[in-house]
Amino acid sequence: MLNFPLWKRLWLWGITLVFAITSVPTLVSLAGGSWPEFLPRPVVNLGLDLAGGSHIMLEARPEQVARQRLETMEESVRTALRSATPRIQHGEISSANGELSFMLDDASQVDAARDLIEPMTTGAGLTGQRDWTINVVDGSRFVLKQTQAGINQTLDSAMASATEVVRKRIDGLGTREPIIIRQGSNRIVVQVPGLQDPEELKELLGQTAELEFKLVVPTNEPGGQVLPYAPGTIGEGTSITVRRLGGIRGDSLTNAQATRNSQNNEPVVSIQFDAQGAQRFAKLTTENVRKQFAIILDGEVISAPSINEPILGGQAQISGSFTPETAGQLAIALNSGALPVDLTVIEESTISAELGADSIDKGILAMGVGSLLLVIFIIVTYGRFGVYACLALVLNFLMILGVMAIMGSTLTLPGIAGFVLTIGAAVDANVLINERIREERARGRRVVQAVELGYKEASRAIFDANITNIIAAVLMAMIGSGPVKGFAIVLLIGIITSVFTAVTMTRMWVAGWLRKARPADLAL
Amino acid sequence: MKLLKLVPDNTNIHFLRWRMPFYIVSVLLMLASYGLLAVNGLNLGVDFVGGQAIRVTFTQDAEAPIPALRDEVDALGYGEPTIQQMGNPNQVSLRMRLPEDDADGGLAAKMTREIVSTIEQAHPGARIDGVESVSGQVSSELFTSGMLALGLAMVGISIYIWLRFEWQFGVGALFALLHDVTLTLGLFSLTQMEFDLNIVAALLTLIGYSLNDNIVVYDRVRENLKKYRRMPLPELLDLSVNETLSRTVVTSLSLLITLLALLLLGPDVIFGFTAAITVGIFVGTYSSIFMATPILIWLGVKPDSFVPTKDSAGDEPDGVTRKA
Repeated sequence: MLNFPLWKRLWLWGITLVFAITSVPTLVSLAGGSWPEFLPRPVVNLGLDLAGGSHIMLEARPEQVARQRLETMEESVRTALRSATPRIQHGEISSANGELSFMLDDASQVDAARDLIEPMTTGAGLTGQRDWTINVVDGSRFVLKQTQAGINQTLDSAMASATEVVRKRIDGLGTREPIIIRQGSNRIVVQVPGLQDPEELKELLGQTAELEFKLVVPTNEPGGQVLPYAPGTIGEGTSITVRRLGGIRGDSLTNAQATRNSQNNEPVVSIQFDAQGAQRFAKLTTENVRKQFAIILDGEVISAPSINEPILGGQAQISGSFTPETAGQLAIALNSGALPVDLTVIEESTISAELGADSIDKGILAMGVGSLLLVIFIIVTYGRFGVYACLALVLNFLMILGVMAIMGSTLTLPGIAGFVLTIGAAVDANVLINERIREERARGRRVVQAVELGYKEASRAIFDANITNIIAAVLMAMIGSGPVKGFAIVLLIGIITSVFTAVTMTRMWVAGWLRKARPADLAL
Repeated sequence: MKLLKLVPDNTNIHFLRWRMPFYIVSVLLMLASYGLLAVNGLNLGVDFVGGQAIRVTFTQDAEAPIPALRDEVDALGYGEPTIQQMGNPNQVSLRMRLPEDDADGGLAAKMTREIVSTIEQAHPGARIDGVESVSGQVSSELFTSGMLALGLAMVGISIYIWLRFEWQFGVGALFALLHDVTLTLGLFSLTQMEFDLNIVAALLTLIGYSLNDNIVVYDRVRENLKKYRRMPLPELLDLSVNETLSRTVVTSLSLLITLLALLLLGPDVIFGFTAAITVGIFVGTYSSIFMATPILIWLGVKPDSFVPTKDSAGDEPDGVTRKA
């Protein structure tokens, strides 16, 4: 038990020092100093509650994804049946309750139709299910139903690209070090340190930014679609009819920029189409000179200019009562692409930097004073053994910081509380050991034997206590969110490092001292 | 060097002689807590009920002008705010219900803007420290997950104790944890301090620590049961508590030192959190001695509960002190 050969001592010190040293960059940056750029710098970042900033949680609705899938499927089925040879005639396609159903005019074409539709469905990931089920009822009625696995798969890919779009938009704002994380199946968490007014960010992320160009048609034309003017535009409160099909979509843009109109100095957004889009735009404008076309953003008309001459270079300007800010936002949104799903803000919090700084100062002060008093109390109670315990505490503190830095964890306010409590638990381990040594001495055991038994007998309770704390911490980390999680991570790391420093390291020191000094009695 | 000894050697306090009165008092306190929770409820934070909280510090005033603030915000027509002092007298938190029928959050954003600008205009020294807004759906999820974490932790820990010791010890630990959590919740109901996610973390911590105490005593009970087969159980439990008393006192004091520092000097934002844990340390230490231990008598722990099996027989200390 008390035998520590050189290799073991080197090994234990090695582990301790590696972790302890990795905490140095964090300590330097907490103290307000700057860490040289050329050195490796694993730093524990401060959470928003300490650094100040904005936290926003966005959510997509799975129903919307399901609805969109249904529409796409309807469109593909319609096209496939129409372009089949011979053409497959069918009745009205109804899309209610998340399923498509339609009747074939000629029941003998059922197999042909099935052969066309079946390849449109695929397996849903690794679930073993198809993404759609196809049933034929009453001889000629097709029923296509989306499976949950199919919806989940589409939602998953929509969220993946939505996260990317959100990232691009936030980068476009030029904020520093934003954290963008997908959470669960349909949520995205955005954290922007230092951001004090999240309104602009929320507006930007709330836009779907789907840009369309469609021809304006007379109100009574069949196949027309009535769209309202966007708030704040000239036509606010009125609406306009456009041709549903044959427009150009904004995904063929290569670049969008906020500028000013050279004639009236009004803020505008200039856009550049890619080659294909430019061609289609040229065609649309050439064929429809002197007609009106509508520029539509997220289903609302921004403006409906008339085409004075064909626009051939693939460049256009959108004007529509913009302010410089809204023009800038639209440019960022268009450049980052449209969101595949609408995102709604469901949770939001902003902490001012002053409050954060105040919390850090007070947190450090409380930890400093608390630790100092604790060190005095422990040394007064246990003497030399108390000194070892306190040394272990310092190493434990550094190791927790070091492990957090390596893991790239974030230190939050509850995390600081976690630190304090971990220190309490570590002290308890030493208290248990030292009390046991005292007891064994009182029972008349010799020094070395008492120390050995002290460590051995106390280990059982230390082990059980730490396991139960680990159970609590793991549950907190798994189920809890936000503050509970931040706290649990520090606690988990701390439990492991504290066993190492408070039990193993102190035993090594005590063993070394016993061997060197060979004391006949213990001051304990 | 003369070392500090808070608890003299070989104490022999008859803790268990008073087990009935203590149990009666504790059970009454638990019932009172349930009563308080039923009547007063908890002052749930926006994490749990949804809504919006705006934190303001009035840097030019010694005390926040709460009545004026209430009238100003009420006049905006979004309903009356719940205003609560936080930490210092010049810091408050304003809580608002989120507007209904607000699918894209536009109304909530407008409400925030109006409240913030009203406060800033009416009170020149006002500093907005933070805005937090949680939708009803998220808040109910947070509440469920928080309570789930708490419940599962208590059950998980008790099962572990049952596996490591005997079922009686598991039940004893579960009862002691229930006692600690109930009394702490009762205190929150009594003082109407805000109960939010941080407090759930505090409760989880305090059950962890309360359990530390239980385990230390139980570990000693197990050891003594193996050592002194013929000692009557109450006497043996008293001996175990006495033998670990010094450790209990030193550890509890160590925790209190760090917690009091955090409570008095630490950030205002976690005052509730530290307060809950500080109370929990007292309650937890008390419950491990007066709740978790005597219950073993009533649950019928037998002296042969831990008859050494083959592999653990070798661990027995060689019996220098057979007689206490």
